[in-house]
Amino acid sequence: MVNSLFPMIARGVMVRRRGKRLLGPVDMTLHATGITVVLGPNGAGKTTLLKALHGLERLNAGQVNWSIPDTDARARQAYVFQTPIILQRTVRQNLAYPLNLISISKDAVALAVAAWAERIGLADALDRPATRLSGGEKQKLALARALIGEPELLFLDEPCTNLDGRSTREIEGLLRAARENGTRIIMATHDLGQARRMASDILFLVDGTIHESGPSASCFSAPKTNALRAFLNGDIVE
Amino acid sequence: MTDIWQGIQAAFWLIATLDPDLVEITLRSLQVSLSALLIASLIALPLGTWLAIRRFRFRRTAIAVLNAFMGLPPVVVGLIVYLLLSRSGPFGVFGLLFTPTAMIIAQVIIITPLIASITHQAMRELWAEYHDLLISMNVPPHKRIGTLIMDGRRALLTAALAGFGRAIGEVGAIMIVGGNIDHATRVLTTAIALETGKGDFALALGLGFVLIGLAVSVSLIIHALSGTERGSRW
Repeated sequence: MVNSLFPMIARGVMVRRRGKRLLGPVDMTLHATGITVVLGPNGAGKTTLLKALHGLERLNAGQVNWSIPDTDARARQAYVFQTPIILQRTVRQNLAYPLNLISISKDAVALAVAAWAERIGLADALDRPATRLSGGEKQKLALARALIGEPELLFLDEPCTNLDGRSTREIEGLLRAARENGTRIIMATHDLGQARRMASDILFLVDGTIHESGPSASCFSAPKTNALRAFLNGDIVE
Repeated sequence: MTDIWQGIQAAFWLIATLDPDLVEITLRSLQVSLSALLIASLIALPLGTWLAIRRFRFRRTAIAVLNAFMGLPPVVVGLIVYLLLSRSGPFGVFGLLFTPTAMIIAQVIIITPLIASITHQAMRELWAEYHDLLISMNVPPHKRIGTLIMDGRRALLTAALAGFGRAIGEVGAIMIVGGNIDHATRVLTTAIALETGKGDFALALGLGFVLIGLAVSVSLIIHALSGTERGSRW
């Protein structure tokens, strides 16, 4: 996949709500490959950062620039929410939904849906109401629905919260395959083990600002700040 | 109590013998109310959904007005439609007064705010759930409305049935604009009013039971066709 979105450059990004600063100022650059993991304590602004970059959060200051116009850039991104948002339809209709928004033949949609249902183990459940799936199945469905349109950039907000080891492994497998296919991934997580397994680079947020960032190997082996060191040691960071 | 018993007997007799007058006014009641329901739904479902997802100036005022219009007095609606359709009115040239079409127009005006308001309430909750996903997917506004209507169809069915219930039981407006003309604009409710006025309580009650049975039957048929409360819950 040719990735035309990058580099993404964010400058002075700030989000306030009811006078309270939730994020920023944030300056960062995102290049075309890899998996960026956003780490930080509760309330650090991880979700707000992802939503701000994706355009779901109104910016009070600063800007996010893609290498193509914003409207085109949004169409090449996908977002998987912490609590998966499942359309009140069948599994098949959920998977087909993003493809039906673009000009693509019905046969191609059916083929893609069948292939993705097979990949996430829901081939036998295609005509079941999606809201009846288990938590892990819903998260896999949400991820497959995000990936079925082959986005260039995928945002994931705590994708494996409350999932068991098997579901987590399956989701991580899908993410690795997506990365191999050229999808850039940026994900927030609390799970340090998952961060170590998945991250190519780290963004560590505290109180709405980036406290430390860099390649995951160096961040995990030799953190530069006391806050990240304490966070990696499992100490309480406020 | 005697009147009620006689009413039940009259209703049974009217139905058992397929009384031609009863069949005619029942079919006309259905024709008028279902036509009004269809037209009102075509207006109210997208309107209620649009109000749920769209932010604009005076939106809250618009919703408050819509909710207030749920309680529109049918007699006043009938009077206004009468004035608009009468020969001296702006639409008099169409010659619609005292026709089933005039009755449909009045019923559409009465039930559209009701359906739109219930739709708005249901769609507001669904929109809160879907908002981030549909915005994230860059779904164009008209497709957002379509998605909400599709996924909220069971709540919308309730809205439509509430509208049908109000339409089929309405008497004030259609009496004024329809005129309760035999073999032309007489429907179940106006027939009941007429029989009550004549003192024939048994027949009036009989017609009343038929009306209730009709409303319940239509509701059951719509529920059965749409598969509500069957198997898969959403």
